[in-house]
Amino acid sequence: MSDTHAQTVPFVRDTMLPQANPPTTEAGAVRWMRENLLSGPLNVILTLLAIAAIYWVVQGMLPWLLASVWNAGSIAECRQIIADAGRESGACWAVIRERWPQFLFGFYPNHLYWRPVTALLLLFVALAPVLFSKAPRQLLWFSAIYPGLAFWLLWGGSVFVPVVALLGLALGWAAFHFGQRISPLAGVVAAILLPVLWWLFLAGPVAEDLGNLLPRSMPWWMEEVRSDKFGGFVLALTIGVSGIALSLPLGIVLALGRQSDMFLIKSLSVCFIEFIRGVPLITLLFTASLLLNYFLPPGTTFDIILRVIIMVTLFAAAYIAEVIRGGLAALPRGQYEAADALGLDYFRAQRLIILPQALKISIPGIVSTFIGMFKDTTLVVFVGLLDPLKGITDAVRASPDWKGIYWEPYIFVGAIFFIFNFSMSRYSMYLERKLKTDHR
Amino acid sequence: MANVADVPKPSFRLSMLLYDTRYRSLTIQIVVFLLVMAGAAWLVDNTIRNLQALGKDFNFSFLGARAGYDISQRLVEYTNDSTHGRALLIGLLNTLLVAFLGCIAATVIGVLVGVLRLSKNWLIARLMTVYVEIFRNIPLLLWILLIYAVFTEAAPAPNAFRVNAETGEAATSMFLDAFAVTNRYTAIPNPVFGLDLGWLNIGLFYVSVDFLLLVAAIVVGFFLNRMALRRATRIQEATGDRPTTWWQSLLLLVGIPVAALIAMGFHFEFPELKGFNFTGGLNVSNSFMALWLALSLYTGAFIAEIVRAGVLAISKGQSEAAFALGLRPARTMNLVILPQALRVIIPPLISQYLNLTKNSSLAIAVGYLDLRGTLGGITLNQTGRELECVLLMMLIYLTISLIISGLMNVYNASVKLKER
Repeated sequence: MSDTHAQTVPFVRDTMLPQANPPTTEAGAVRWMRENLLSGPLNVILTLLAIAAIYWVVQGMLPWLLASVWNAGSIAECRQIIADAGRESGACWAVIRERWPQFLFGFYPNHLYWRPVTALLLLFVALAPVLFSKAPRQLLWFSAIYPGLAFWLLWGGSVFVPVVALLGLALGWAAFHFGQRISPLAGVVAAILLPVLWWLFLAGPVAEDLGNLLPRSMPWWMEEVRSDKFGGFVLALTIGVSGIALSLPLGIVLALGRQSDMFLIKSLSVCFIEFIRGVPLITLLFTASLLLNYFLPPGTTFDIILRVIIMVTLFAAAYIAEVIRGGLAALPRGQYEAADALGLDYFRAQRLIILPQALKISIPGIVSTFIGMFKDTTLVVFVGLLDPLKGITDAVRASPDWKGIYWEPYIFVGAIFFIFNFSMSRYSMYLERKLKTDHR
Repeated sequence: MANVADVPKPSFRLSMLLYDTRYRSLTIQIVVFLLVMAGAAWLVDNTIRNLQALGKDFNFSFLGARAGYDISQRLVEYTNDSTHGRALLIGLLNTLLVAFLGCIAATVIGVLVGVLRLSKNWLIARLMTVYVEIFRNIPLLLWILLIYAVFTEAAPAPNAFRVNAETGEAATSMFLDAFAVTNRYTAIPNPVFGLDLGWLNIGLFYVSVDFLLLVAAIVVGFFLNRMALRRATRIQEATGDRPTTWWQSLLLLVGIPVAALIAMGFHFEFPELKGFNFTGGLNVSNSFMALWLALSLYTGAFIAEIVRAGVLAISKGQSEAAFALGLRPARTMNLVILPQALRVIIPPLISQYLNLTKNSSLAIAVGYLDLRGTLGGITLNQTGRELECVLLMMLIYLTISLIISGLMNVYNASVKLKER
């Protein structure tokens, strides 16, 4: 059969044809555009709309940006330069250049700028071992004393104030260490009680006495800077970083309290969290600035930045507690039971089994709370502090030289905030990838 | 057997309070309770002593005193002769208005952007990512101030809309002859009822009877529609065929309110430039517009991420299974994807609505008199009663938050996966 068939076919190809190029519409940029931009009537419309939007923004912004002026002493001079160049309008970045120190430091004394800068640089050193596992572990000791050091650098004054405050922590650690030998409970109680007593009754007089004994403890270059001199990004970072550092432990405690079996602990935690989450931060800041004087013993005054930090911390802690509660709830029941089966007590089980996993799940939520808190530091302007966004830009506009300048300061401050927050969110993605074990 | 009797009877020892897990939690709770009580007593005692030292007392009678300040945007009648309590109500209504409109706009923006971010169109997906990242990473306060500056600095004065008699042209023209953005206010059409049925006093303020009738028409339509849908389900369960209901739903949900509107002579009054200002329409203050737009755009970026995450959380197998069953794409979306995605979307959406409501207290930055501006601002400064004002303000915000989260939790429970 096949023979007859072979004779009926006039031609049989016996060599392979060379590979042909794909049609131009199915390769390269054309294909990419067909697939990604023009794959249907709806997509064509969307693409055209997007191009129109981009064109609208660019034609509005580009001439303005191209006519940027970087060197001028006032807005009038700026406008003159732009008019001389024959342009209609232009960005006057000279305001940023001229008021740069104010945006960064507020009204911090000029000759002491190196102090916040040093504090910021040391912050990176202190953060390195916490954030990246590759950094040397010995640096953790530096991280531990960094809060006192930063306080001293920022506010200045006697070195003994932070030293004495840190001593309280050391005292607590020592009490815990030696108390454990008597009984675990005695250790915990002593570790809480001793530092509190130290801070309440002894710390103040001791710091004062030491300061009097050694008058050279306050060198001229460490003169005291009052809180109302703080402003700009120094203020935002001070509040933001201390709030972040303090709210995480408090949030963990609140989350564990809310999951607790003990009725009283649980209801207290729930009330606190729901109260804080139910009111705007602005009202809490108001409480800090107006009402704290009512709640504290008559005659007590304490620093407004400290009060704001406390309120911001409480606020963020309530949100972090909810995020961590989600992480705790997401853990399979078996993890808790396994910890019990190993005979671990409550704290060991939490520390070794539950929290490492729960915190890992909660990382994105925690970081977005931090980002939210850093953004919220701008609200301190409503209690009279000079935040970079409204406090400083208003102060800049208040001078006759820069009256009527709006866009440039806002864009500058917004860009700085964007850089900080965007890098925080990228770091959280990095951490998520690093800790991903694919068990779940 | 004799040994059993020798076992000492377990007796209560004091140390068991600490070391026996049965009693330890009780001990801890009692200690915490005592500490909390002591702390609260200390705070209250301090407050009483401080108030005494300042010669103040703690009462809310100032709410009945004359306020003496004007509020430009008021939803119900108010003059500067009204009381502080009345001013509080105006502020509260202003807060609720901007929060309500903000939630609607933010949801629309958020759903749109969230879906577009998942689009296969490369350009539009990138554009939406840029929008989301920019708005999420920059403080809300900046957006409020920036948008306010756009309105007050970049918008033309009302005078610019005047038609020049010689050239027959205006410097700026109105959008669709109905909207005019000026540097003082935004003029929009004013909805009015031609048939005035009078006003009804409901205790706190007067409400237009026409408005109440409209609400009643919408509610009646909604319930009739539900009855029609139930009937359709009954027929489907009895016979297997579902009667077509879309035209009934359309008639009941849209037809009844529209009929009510026509019956009451509803129409728009368009703004017109008379003298130096627009009259006839509604002049919405720029502070409201800036606050509303900023809140919507900012919260919309967060909602977009929530919507995207919700849709991505549904595994591909679900839609493939639906296609395998022969469901068309629209029905797959309605019956398979959305019910599951909503379960993921609703809880974070609730907290975004709450955030928006709380963030509306930033109105102070642009001088919009909301609850924070009246009770926590001018009233507080005039009467000097910080304690009462701030506590009352917190209480009101707390109540609003609890009501919103309560309502949304009810809704959440209704879309929740019914597990057995």
